[in-house]
Amino acid sequence: MNSSSLTIAGVTLNSRLFLGTGKYSSAKIMAESLAATGTELVTVALRRVRTDGAADDLLAHLDRRKYRLLPNTSGVRDSKEAVLAAELAREALGTEWVKLEIHPDPKYLMPDPIETLRATEALAKRGFVVLPYVHADPVLCKQLEEAGAAAVMPLGAPIGSNRGLESRAFLEIIIAQSNVPVVIDAGLGAPSHAAAALEMGADAVLVNTAIAAASDPVGMGRAFRLAVESGRLAFESGLAARSTKPLAHATSPLTAFLTEVGA
Amino acid sequence: MSTAGDQLEVLVNDQPRLFAAPVTLLGALRELGLSERRGIAVAIGGEVMSRSGWAERSLRSGERILVIQATQGG
Repeated sequence: MNSSSLTIAGVTLNSRLFLGTGKYSSAKIMAESLAATGTELVTVALRRVRTDGAADDLLAHLDRRKYRLLPNTSGVRDSKEAVLAAELAREALGTEWVKLEIHPDPKYLMPDPIETLRATEALAKRGFVVLPYVHADPVLCKQLEEAGAAAVMPLGAPIGSNRGLESRAFLEIIIAQSNVPVVIDAGLGAPSHAAAALEMGADAVLVNTAIAAASDPVGMGRAFRLAVESGRLAFESGLAARSTKPLAHATSPLTAFLTEVGA
Repeated sequence: MSTAGDQLEVLVNDQPRLFAAPVTLLGALRELGLSERRGIAVAIGGEVMSRSGWAERSLRSGERILVIQATQGG
């Protein structure tokens, strides 16, 4: 559906569902699940190569003709490390796209806003397409946009928590004032969360745990695909106004025809 | 200091590794079985080494080499 395509840094994506590749029980299930979602953008992480153990050949399972890769900088603690990670990712994968995530605290994985802003500036100047993962902070998201971010990725809830749009009120502000695509990342646990994000005008969502850790990741991948398409279509179609009063409004004529006739 | 027959120690992902000197980055990666692996990247002392330059880059004793690879992640 052309009306629903999304453009980031001049690249058109036909799916508004971005996928993480972590936590899958096997590479085969990951590949099947990605296919079921219809995604065109998938994240990968970087890690130190082990020189003793077996090779981890993730790329063998990712068809680069179908999926654009979005390497993340998970594991870095500051902007300096993030720049090195992005440069390594560009060398390793041949892409300038980077999901910038700087979370020095391994317990809650909370993104560091100051280092993220610094790294966004530095990476944008170096020609990277920067998608920073941040708190749902409207001020920060505007600053990132001004610093050259290609999109912003505010969190819905803590990573892996499956709690949904807990930052909703702030996401609404971010969406209302952003000039770059807004991708809700982290915490979306159910297709209904993804649908709600798209309904409120988010440009895309990034999902990993909710699909990878489902009993049937392929079925859940399809469920998320439908939810994202549904949510976007609802947004584009213009949701009817929500009543703020505790009243019902009839959708049918209220003529009491059973008693009116011959009464 | 490295002449033929000497050994040279570098740190590869913080692990000490010995190579017969002189050795290039490409030679060292080959010995480690990494030179043909896809989706890897290398930095020495925090500077990324492009693949096309591996064959020319001689290693010096004590250098810190970081080798990363793409893996699953969100």
